[in-house]
Amino acid sequence: MDDPFIIAGVTFSSRLIMGTGGAPSLDALERAVVASGAELATVALRRVSPAARGSVLDVLERTGCRLLPNTAGCFTARDAVTTAQLAREAFGTDWIKLEVIADERTLLPEAVELLDAAETLVDDGFAVLAYTNDDPVLALRLEAAGCAAVMPLGSPIGSGMGILNPFNLALIVDSLSVPVILDAGVGTASDAAIAMELGCDAVLAASAVTRARESATMAEAVRKAVEAGRLARRAGRIPRRLYAEPSTTFEDLPDLKPVPHPD
Amino acid sequence: MTAIPDVVVIGGGAIGLSIAWRSAVAGLRVTVVDDHHPAQASWAAAGMIAPVSEAHHGEENLIDLNLLSARRYPGWIEELEEASGRVTGYTPCGTLVVALDGDDKEQLDHLHGWQAELGLPVERLRGRECRELEPSLAPMVRAGLFMEGDHQIDNRKLVDALEAACIRREVDFINGSVASLTVQGERVTGAGLASGDSIACDKVVLAAGCWSGGIDGVPPSVTDGVRPVKGQLLYLTGRPGQPPLAQRNVRTMDVYVVARGDGRSVVGATVEELGFDTTVTAGGVHSLLRDAIRVLPDVAEQVLTECVAGLRPGSRDNRPLLGPGEQDGLIVATGHYRNGILLTPATGDLIAELLVTGATPAPLKPFAPTRFADAGVSV
Repeated sequence: MDDPFIIAGVTFSSRLIMGTGGAPSLDALERAVVASGAELATVALRRVSPAARGSVLDVLERTGCRLLPNTAGCFTARDAVTTAQLAREAFGTDWIKLEVIADERTLLPEAVELLDAAETLVDDGFAVLAYTNDDPVLALRLEAAGCAAVMPLGSPIGSGMGILNPFNLALIVDSLSVPVILDAGVGTASDAAIAMELGCDAVLAASAVTRARESATMAEAVRKAVEAGRLARRAGRIPRRLYAEPSTTFEDLPDLKPVPHPD
Repeated sequence: MTAIPDVVVIGGGAIGLSIAWRSAVAGLRVTVVDDHHPAQASWAAAGMIAPVSEAHHGEENLIDLNLLSARRYPGWIEELEEASGRVTGYTPCGTLVVALDGDDKEQLDHLHGWQAELGLPVERLRGRECRELEPSLAPMVRAGLFMEGDHQIDNRKLVDALEAACIRREVDFINGSVASLTVQGERVTGAGLASGDSIACDKVVLAAGCWSGGIDGVPPSVTDGVRPVKGQLLYLTGRPGQPPLAQRNVRTMDVYVVARGDGRSVVGATVEELGFDTTVTAGGVHSLLRDAIRVLPDVAEQVLTECVAGLRPGSRDNRPLLGPGEQDGLIVATGHYRNGILLTPATGDLIAELLVTGATPAPLKPFAPTRFADAGVSV
């Protein structure tokens, strides 16, 4: 399918991005990444040492997945900016998935600090992929700040509750021109399909895959759901109606001759 | 110069010492080399013997070995305490895993369903039943799983007892670290020490935990297959007259508390992928205490006596590397990750059997150290 997905000038053929947190083992993660077909995977800089051998970084190298460092665990703009700068130094990439979290219980984005950090990092030359609420106004502000992609949540991180406000997500998709990536809340494959049908450019899946009983199997399911949802979006869904409409109508029927009956 | 030993064991943690002891019992001449690193996983462990509560999705084939080792524990400890003249604090206390809210309860039931499918011995309890067993539990405990076969041992006393048992069996000890394996052709024939000395031997057992990969000459299965996974844990002590925090090991989704019979308790543990970093952090201590106080409020009244960070030897599939290495003369016994203390008896017995007979015992077959070499991932 010739339907490339472009972030900050880089083209991907897969529209599924993998989160790497929560995997039971590196081996299980590796099988899941392979099964997901993902070409981009995000890693919490706070939770990995760039120098350590045999870490999640080796998994990404072996699977040929591009590394997207994230600022998980940061609570202030200052903290997130410093972490992003460390990531650039350690991994030699100016891509950053910006997360500024309000509290540990909900892991919801801290909107004010997020926008502040996004502006600072864009000015510093980063390609910023911003994890944000499903707030269309904030999403627009992040785009205006120069973010390379905006990543609204469907529901809180790790909750697996799917997309709680599809109307807001549709508003975000409709009003932004940078890629919109559903970031959090995917609990199973259908959630990813719905995100794509709503017009998201890509989906990020982490816990839904890494914490599933069979993570590689779920990775494959989510990959197929993303592909299916994208195709459905391109094909265009039919309008919803209250009353039935037969798929075969009785006007303008083709004039078929009855087959002669053998005696 | 003494006679050439049959076996040099690199690493004097619980795993290395158990192999040394069982090999010496079987009649082999053994030398153990160890540098007493303060972050040794055997030292910075909680001593939970938890074949069921530590069982995770995707580790089904590890459970058999875990259960085998847990079954060997009582008889093995009796023999060790007899042989060493030391006590180990082995306590068959059981483990209670509790849910603190509705989300935890869902997760607990999810876990319970899987454990039941595997036929693991787990009893589902209501919140009140949990608090009848352990009155110190916070009132918010909503549900629990009781694993009556998940016990505890004082891991530090275990290491002391193993060392004493080895000394009684005339195992030699070298205080130092190994810099390289001596390799002649395709065969490992000894070990070179950091001091410059070298020891020749018939077989080398690599049991240096997360440091195993840093020794020159070890095969790629070990350098690529084993990594340090940092864990911070805390020691608490009750004040005189305070009752113990719990009779059983208590766990939540976030923390465990292992109360020892002597009034001390261990709270653990963080899981951090930070290479060889062994710092104790404010955030690590904070989250352990916060989570422990949430489930056992009396933790707040305890004296905080020690904060320690250890390095677990993690492997790519969370299973240990056990058995012959790529080169002749090399036996690997590391990568035990969260299960080192639990797997100490089985590892000691089965690796000693391998050393004596030259044949890999059946229970070790799924853990061949070379399994990563041929498990290339197709992209």
